[in-house]
Order: sequence, then C-alpha cells, then structure tokens
Amino acid sequence: MSTDIQNYISDFDRLKNDDWFANSRQSALNLFKDTGFPNSRLENWKYTDVRPIKKKSFSNVTEAAVSVSTEEINTIRFDGLDCIEVVFINGVFSKEHSSLDDLDNGLVVENMLDALSNDQDLLAKHLTKYADDKVSPFTALNTAFIQNGTFINVSANTVIEKPINILYLAKDSNGSLATHPRNLIVMGEGSEATVIESYIGLDDANYFTNAVTEVALSSSAILKHYKIQQESLNAYHIGNLNVMQGKDSKFESHSISLGGALVRNDIHGQLAAEGAEIIMNGLYMTGDKQHVDNHTRVDHLKPHTLSTENYRGVLNGKSRAVFNGKVIVHKDAQKIEAHQNNANLLLSDDAEIDTKPELEIYADDVKCTHGATVGQLDQNMLFYLRSRAIDEETARSLLTYAFADELISNINFAPIRNRLERLVIGQLPDAALIREFTNE
Amino acid sequence: MLNIQDLHAKIGNKEILKGLNLSVNAGEVHAIMGPNGSGKSTLANVLAGRNGYDVTKGTVEYEGKDLLELAPEERAWAGVFLAFQYPVEIPGVNNVYLLKAAVNAVRKYRGQTELDAVEFLGLIKEKMKIVKMKEDLLNRSVNEGFSGGEKKRNEIFQMSVLEPKLAILDETDSGLDIDALKIVSEGVNSLRNEERSIILVTHYQRLLDYIKPDHVHVLSNGKIIKSGGPDLALELEEKGYDWIKEEAA
Repeated sequence: MSTDIQNYISDFDRLKNDDWFANSRQSALNLFKDTGFPNSRLENWKYTDVRPIKKKSFSNVTEAAVSVSTEEINTIRFDGLDCIEVVFINGVFSKEHSSLDDLDNGLVVENMLDALSNDQDLLAKHLTKYADDKVSPFTALNTAFIQNGTFINVSANTVIEKPINILYLAKDSNGSLATHPRNLIVMGEGSEATVIESYIGLDDANYFTNAVTEVALSSSAILKHYKIQQESLNAYHIGNLNVMQGKDSKFESHSISLGGALVRNDIHGQLAAEGAEIIMNGLYMTGDKQHVDNHTRVDHLKPHTLSTENYRGVLNGKSRAVFNGKVIVHKDAQKIEAHQNNANLLLSDDAEIDTKPELEIYADDVKCTHGATVGQLDQNMLFYLRSRAIDEETARSLLTYAFADELISNINFAPIRNRLERLVIGQLPDAALIREFTNE
Repeated sequence: MLNIQDLHAKIGNKEILKGLNLSVNAGEVHAIMGPNGSGKSTLANVLAGRNGYDVTKGTVEYEGKDLLELAPEERAWAGVFLAFQYPVEIPGVNNVYLLKAAVNAVRKYRGQTELDAVEFLGLIKEKMKIVKMKEDLLNRSVNEGFSGGEKKRNEIFQMSVLEPKLAILDETDSGLDIDALKIVSEGVNSLRNEERSIILVTHYQRLLDYIKPDHVHVLSNGKIIKSGGPDLALELEEKGYDWIKEEAA
C-alpha cells in the first residue's frame, strides 16, 4: 500500500459506514488500496498523468459550512427554465437550495443518502452494477465514499417534462477538498426524462471532483443527459458515466467540457439489447495549460444497435486534449451501425491533441465509420469573410464559434442550447466581437 | 478609379501575371476575357487581396491609394467587392448576420451611423427582389447547401446590399443556366451607375449578351494583349482566341 492514499484512508475511517452498503464501501476501498492511482504505463491512462491529484492530500472533510446565496446560484441557472433542481455545495446536499417538493407521480429524485435508506431494493439492484470498480481506481474510490449524489427513478411509462438540473458547486473549498458525487438514474420501461449534471467552480480554488454516474434504461426508455463541466481552472475533475441500455432504448449524451486544470471524462455505453441507440456528442474548449481527456467506449452487444458519436475540440494556449473513442462490436452483434467522428481546431502552435479512434469488430455484417481531423481555421472561409468587410480578428472568432456551434446548434431544447451557446461564446478570445452574429 | 501598372504576380514559383496594365474609370464596365490559365482569376484575387499571391512588380492604385498595401477587409471598407468564382460554404455563420455586420463595418468606415435591425431588414427586403433571392436561403448558413446558381445569386445579392464602388465579378456566369444568367445579369445591370465601376472576368461571350461592357480586354499569358469595344467580344466568340495570340506574337 502506498502512502499517497493515506488521506483517503483517514477520510474513510471518519466515514459513518454502518448501513447495509457498508461492506460494498469497504471492499471498494480495499480495491483502491491495492491498485492505487493509475499510472501512465497503463494504456488507458497513457496520455493523462494524474500525479497532480496523487501528490496532493485532498480530503472530503469540510470545515465550517460554506454558504452560497440564492443570487449566486441564479447566475448559473437556466433563465426562465422551470426545472427540478438538486444542489450540492462542496459535495454536500443542500436541501435549502434544492427544489424537490411536488414531484410528478412516478418520479423519485433524492439525495443518495436518503435513497440508501428509502429505496434500498432499487439501489441493491442497480447501484455499482454498471460502473465497474475494477475498471477505474477512481470509480472504486468513489464507491468507497457513496453518500452524496443524486438518485433518480422514473417509473415505467412516465414522461417527465421538466428537466432535472443537478448542480455540483464548489466554493471556498480551502484548496484541499475532494468530493465523490455518485449519481444513479433508473429509467423504467417507456419512460422519458432530461437530466443536466453541472459541475461548477464558483471561485478559482484547487479541489478534486471524482464523480460517477450510473444509468439504467429499461426497454424503450429515453434519457437525454447533459454534462456541463465548468470547474475552476485550478480544479481536477474525473468523471465516469456508465450506461446500460435495454431494448429500443435511447440515450443521448451531450458532454461540454470548459473548465478544469486536469480533466478526464469517461463514458461507457453498453447496448445490451436489440434496437438500443446511443448518441454521444462532446465539445471541449481548452486554453492556457488545461489538460482535458475524453475517453468513450461503446459495446455493441446485440444486433441492430446503433451508436453515433461526434466530438469536437477547440484548443488554445499550451493546452492539451485527448480523445479516445473505442467501439467494440461483439460476436453475433450483426447489422449494427457505429459512426464516430472527432474534429479538432488548433488555435495556437503550442496546443496539442492526441486523437485515437479504436474499432474492434467481431461480427461480419456491420456498418462502421470513423474519422478524426486536426486543423486550423479554413483559409478560404477566412478570406471570404474578410472580403465581406469583416476584420480578421472577428472573422477568426466567428469561424471558431461556428466550428464549436456545430455541436450545440443541433440541441433541440432551446433553453439549454441558448445557455450553451452563451457559454461557448464566453469561452472565445474575442467574445464581444461576435455577439452580433448570434441570436442574443 | 483603378489604375494597374505593369503588374507581375506569382503563385509559388510560377509567374502568372507578367506585366498587366489596366485603367478603369468611374462608371465603366470592363470585360476581361481570355482562355483558361491566362491569369484572369489571379487578377481578381490579387485585387481582392487573397493570400498566396506574391506581387513581384508593378502597382495598383485605387482612388489614389496603394491597393496592394490594404488588408482584404480594408479593401472591402474602401468599396472593393469580389464576387467569387467559387463562393465558399461557411457552416454555422448565418447569411443575414454576416451581411448586417458587413454593411455596418462599411458604414462605420464611411462615418455613417450603423443600421439597426429594422433599418437593415428594410434594406435587404428591397435588395432581395433584385436577384429574386428566396427568403429561406437568407436565414441559412452562408452558402450552405445552396445550388451553384443560388450561390452566384447570393454573391450579387451581397454586392447589391454592400453597394461597392468597384465590383470584380470572377466568372460569375460559369455554371449558370440561361434563366439564372438572366437574373444575375439583371442584378448587375441594376447596379450600374456613374460612380460604380465593374470588372467582369469571363471566359465566355455569353454573359456580355446581357451585360454590355464599355471595354473588352483580352488577357493571354499574363498580359492584356488586345483591347477594344463590345465588338471585340463578338469577334472572339466567332474566331476563338488563337488569332489574337498570333497577332500579338
């Protein structure tokens, strides 16, 4: 056992671990003790060095409760969007800021701690069943600390119109805070919902978020999932999203990564029954010395399953991004379709991207495409705009925005699309120049 | 308005323009004809300021200014407009927003107040009629999914909105069917006036049936080898380019 995880062991010893889930936590911790943090000799971690996380003695022990005002939260809310809200401050559920009263029939939204006592049967059936502690040490670490997080259960044939907005906020975190949010979303047969997970740093502190989300979709269920990562530019963020899909179910993932000093997002989709479809859209915009790694994996386990993946990156400064998209078509998974694309725009000479599509196909009647591009702004487009009286700086900014917006513009839910477009514009070097080109 | 003296230009190591002279006065329409590879499009691109062309010798004076010193956008502000031979598709950049920004950039340069949304809409409604632009095209991304004819029409539409002093039309007629050619020509004709100069770069005489030039020039091997009136175009149509090349040789 290495000493660099002593802080987590101390945290664990302080944890009130006396419920029915206690053994699961303990074995997850034991697993983490054995493996420790992943190192870059592992293929899966080749391009992302997590030593900065390892070196620092992060702890989930919070001192005095941090207060966040309603006004502060309003600035990050979707304007005018009526949603069900679950708010966590420094990893701890905030009943005060959450709005979980008057939920629709057939919908459960609660803090994981409450779910552990209220919905033991459902949790026993689903929790830890889709995110494998053995695959990532970070997942094991998260499992050892399952307490805070969001549990959502949508009953069969229930359509939830209001989006469920989950806010993980970090503030005054004292430079050493670790949080391990754990979410579980269970979608009954034929149910439908929209969930937004946002991770937002309200200051520029150094903290560590280690989030895991598990999703189970019964047959014909539809879930639209948005993840908006706006951590502090000094924060470390590790996020794991694991999805198990039943017959004819549809999962849509939109992952927007803007913040963080060191970020790793993993998505793993398992198309476990015929007709299941997964859509994975992702946008990462990096600058300075940010490091953002997106790893995705789709398992086509059964015939007639469909996956479509589209990731785009805009890299500036000395930032570095990684895209690794793995598609595995299992034996007998005939007549599947898998499409994958990753396009990158490098705005500076010092930015770097490692992009790697991986296809493993063990069936013979399949339709698979993949492609990756890395480029600069198109010179013909740039000249065209300048010849139309648009100054060079604005033209560059506009084309960058247009590149990123390709991913956002097809989000058909306007409040989310508009907010994301604003966020993307805000991320550009010359945001003010191009506002007049948008609907704002 | 425009005075080109002994212009030499290269792409890479290849010299394309080899001592071109041309003078265009306000209100005139000049047609520049010539076989493929004679340097027609290079001339249009050099005038508009596209990267990748190296001017090695000669001068281009526009309204008393050294045109070659100006960035592409500065040329546009000063009233130079290039209608592209191959208008580029720009996904994600809306036609109308681009045009509004373009109009206001030019107005700002001219010391005029910028148009607000309502004024701008009034302006484009009026101009749309000229080239029979369909409204739904207007709200799409620039040229995205447009047919060849629609792209060319969009160029003329932009030109009518921007009201340039010097318009250079690079093979605007190529790829157009006769109906589209008529619409585009009518658009160009409606923009003719005493202050506006137009340079038509074309391979075919066909366009000149609809837009009557004041002067016709034949460009061959990087130089203007013959100039004349509208009749010269007819003669070219009839006899091809070879006789002039021989005459010039």
